[in-house]
Amino acid sequence: MSAPSERRHWFYSVWSGLLLGLMAFFILNIGLMVAAVVTNSFGRRWLGTWLPEGYTTQWYAAAWKEFQLGDVLWVTAEVVLVVVALSIIIGVPAAYALARRQFRGKQLVMLLFILPLIIPPITYGIPMATVMYQAHLGGTLSGVILSNLVPALPFVILVMTPFIEQIDPTLESAARVFGANTLRIFWHVLIPLLMPGILAASLLVLVRTIAMFELTFLTAGPDSQTLVVALYYAVFAAGVRAPQSVDAMAMVYMAATLVWLLIALRFVNPTQLVSRVKEQPAH
Amino acid sequence: MSAMAARSPFRTDGTWLLVGPAVIFLMLFFIYPFGYGFWLSFNPAEGAWSANYQKFFSDEHLWRTLIVTFQLSLPVTILNVGLALPIAFQLRRKTRYQRWVTTLLVIPITLGTVLIAEGMLTYFGPRGWLSQFLQLLHIYDGPIRLTHNFTGVVLSLVISGFPFAFLLTLSYVTGIDPTLARAAATLGAGPWDQFRHIYLPLLAPGLAITFCLAFVQAFSVFPSAVLVGAPSGPTRVISLAAYEAAFEQYDYSMASAVAMIMGFAQLIVVVAVLGLRRGLYRGPVGGGKG
Amino acid sequence: MNQLFKELRLAGVSRHFDNPSGQRVAALHELTLTIKRGEFICLLGPSGCGKTTALNCIAGLLPVTGGTISLDQHRIDLLPPEKRGFGMVFQNYALFPHMTVRKNVAFGLMMRGTPAGEIKTRVARAFELVQLTGHEDKLPGQLSGGQQQRVAIARAIVIEPPLLLMDEPLSNLDAKLRLEMRAEIRRIHRQLGRTTIYVTHDQEEALSLADRIVVMKDGLVQQVATPEEVYAQPANIHVARFMGYRNVLTLNAGTRNGQRIALEGQGLTLEGAVKQDPGGKAAVAIRPEDISVGSGPNTIAGKIENVEYGGHESLIDVRAGNDVLLHVRTGARVKMGEAVTLTVAPERVLVYLAETA
Repeated sequence: MSAPSERRHWFYSVWSGLLLGLMAFFILNIGLMVAAVVTNSFGRRWLGTWLPEGYTTQWYAAAWKEFQLGDVLWVTAEVVLVVVALSIIIGVPAAYALARRQFRGKQLVMLLFILPLIIPPITYGIPMATVMYQAHLGGTLSGVILSNLVPALPFVILVMTPFIEQIDPTLESAARVFGANTLRIFWHVLIPLLMPGILAASLLVLVRTIAMFELTFLTAGPDSQTLVVALYYAVFAAGVRAPQSVDAMAMVYMAATLVWLLIALRFVNPTQLVSRVKEQPAH
Repeated sequence: MSAMAARSPFRTDGTWLLVGPAVIFLMLFFIYPFGYGFWLSFNPAEGAWSANYQKFFSDEHLWRTLIVTFQLSLPVTILNVGLALPIAFQLRRKTRYQRWVTTLLVIPITLGTVLIAEGMLTYFGPRGWLSQFLQLLHIYDGPIRLTHNFTGVVLSLVISGFPFAFLLTLSYVTGIDPTLARAAATLGAGPWDQFRHIYLPLLAPGLAITFCLAFVQAFSVFPSAVLVGAPSGPTRVISLAAYEAAFEQYDYSMASAVAMIMGFAQLIVVVAVLGLRRGLYRGPVGGGKG
Repeated sequence: MNQLFKELRLAGVSRHFDNPSGQRVAALHELTLTIKRGEFICLLGPSGCGKTTALNCIAGLLPVTGGTISLDQHRIDLLPPEKRGFGMVFQNYALFPHMTVRKNVAFGLMMRGTPAGEIKTRVARAFELVQLTGHEDKLPGQLSGGQQQRVAIARAIVIEPPLLLMDEPLSNLDAKLRLEMRAEIRRIHRQLGRTTIYVTHDQEEALSLADRIVVMKDGLVQQVATPEEVYAQPANIHVARFMGYRNVLTLNAGTRNGQRIALEGQGLTLEGAVKQDPGGKAAVAIRPEDISVGSGPNTIAGKIENVEYGGHESLIDVRAGNDVLLHVRTGARVKMGEAVTLTVAPERVLVYLAETA
């Protein structure tokens, strides 16, 4: 029996080598893609050679002026901060109710919270933008914030619910026995215990909102564009601007996203950014 | 609050009302627009109630978008999930390596399709590094055309879709108690039998969900179809048709109809996949933890 | 695999791993043991003592980093688990949740390509043996803990393994069920006569099941002996502590006379039996059951500080000598605060080398 066992061993190592090689190839190409954008954004002239003729930071200054990046970043910050704050303020109590209480129609409410996460934004974005424009919210900052809140709020709820479920409910009973009312329990017992979860949820929503293209694109006006939408228009009109300055803008966007992503990854598992379909233990 | 009330599963202390604001918000900005869009799609600017749908399925410029979108999204999803499963299985053990790979893969997802498109234009473009490299090795002489066509959109959907499918699959794979496979091993099951008899059936529900989510994402491809595709022809996808109807022709009724068709097409595939899953495998749904 | 092996030999079996700070740590250090066919061996020790590591190495679930495992003349430590053909019962049962109980039990036979007809009869026999006939078509999730436990045993024995490995199989059951299943495991072992290696942290379980007990601590074997011997004559102070010698005193060793030795310190003067030559400082171990109320050899005077009534016997705490607290199990009726005289036979005062901590 030793010969087939040897052969199988050989086969498995080739197979796993193949898969890991494929993975490495994929990651390598992504890395090179990012590296190409970085190089181009600093390149003086780069036409068909391995590396540019010289290096400069002028494209960043150009991009800043041409694309009014100052305004765009300000709008992005406003949108993201308000979306994070509102989704936490509305989402955490809702998650608490879902984690702690049984009530009629709970299944339906759960469905309502899951749908915006599994239906792609472009599908519901078109009718949503239609309603926004009819309510004169389209093209305004409020419109952008409200539309971004649609996926952000359920996301916070679905991240927080298992987090709250794992907190022992007898802690609340104990606080109640010692005379705390619901508000005080929230403030003195739950909020401190939930802080890690709230922090994680905030960071995840923040990263997702910076990168949320479709909904902002459909509801933003000229003065309410976020960074990712401005980048889209810049790439779309690529012939008009120097490609280096578009790449410089892409770098600004990448930096704005990656900083928060790296902070977020200190607190959460990478898979949590993808989906919350499955409940995972917090640690 | 009496002791009886505390024990009853249907407490009436009002805590459940905390879901109220979230429910109201989503009813106003998610459910209502959907319902309104549905209603609007049957109230065209001119013609019968079904004029929008008739127009969609008779105008080649429109119905082709549905075909194109399927041509793009189905093969890409099969490829992404098909690659994600064996690789995620290979990396199921918690190692530092696994952590690195997941961290690296989450980056393209987070950056999003717009940035991927810009990166592709720079890297895969005719004067990009890839083209130069292929020429250097004489694998392919002359400028390669990997952007501004169908291939470009496929590539962008793999770059954003594969990490998504992989991370999701990995979270399902690692959710399966590894002692089950060890138990199978002590009973004489080799690696392939462990995969086929233990992992695969336990993964089936998760894989079905992964497939659905990955498909729905690919199906709603929008920015990359414009930026690295050929939006006037080969990659004119359905979301583009909806967008043009709404924001170029200002025909919100038609735009809503296209959006409804898009949603319905996604729904059909999702129902089909989940139905197929149920037909192939019956048993408890979920992770398989004791 | 060889059904009728004579002995399983573990020679210097070690398992090392690198801890997070990069040091090499031995989870199991040079386990050497020869197990004869039909024996029931318990690996006993606190959690982290290396007993489960040892079991996993034998099963092939963990590669050994040193030493060899052989079945008669054949080395098996390089074989993958599926080639060893041992049966294993896991702590959390590890029943396949997506298969019916019948399929779970049939799995091992299916993997061996056993003909369908034979699978049917052997599975039915296994169900009879664990007394679960009638539950075959349920899913594991529909069974109680004890029933799941039986399925796990049936699944392991149906393949008629030369060696049956059990990893704390009763630790997830409640106390009453644990006693029942213990009897069950002993019955099945008697009926089939399979060589069994059983891992547990429960000394009572080990004493009642095993032919031989291997006591382990920190990856090292402390004692290999019959249950009677481990219970009455622990090899060192660690084993003594683990086997319920609750009174451990540090005393000065005096003059030695054969196996007897004079002990003194903490206001007590005792005579004890040497198990390990103590040198100057001795660790002295006495079981609560071995101390009785009354007079005799080794008289100790003290005052009762606490009485825990336990029905047939009570557990009393006695303050004696220079503030020494002695635990005594006695049938005598005594009251809190009473003065009391205790006695213990010199052969039950076990003297060891003091712990170097």
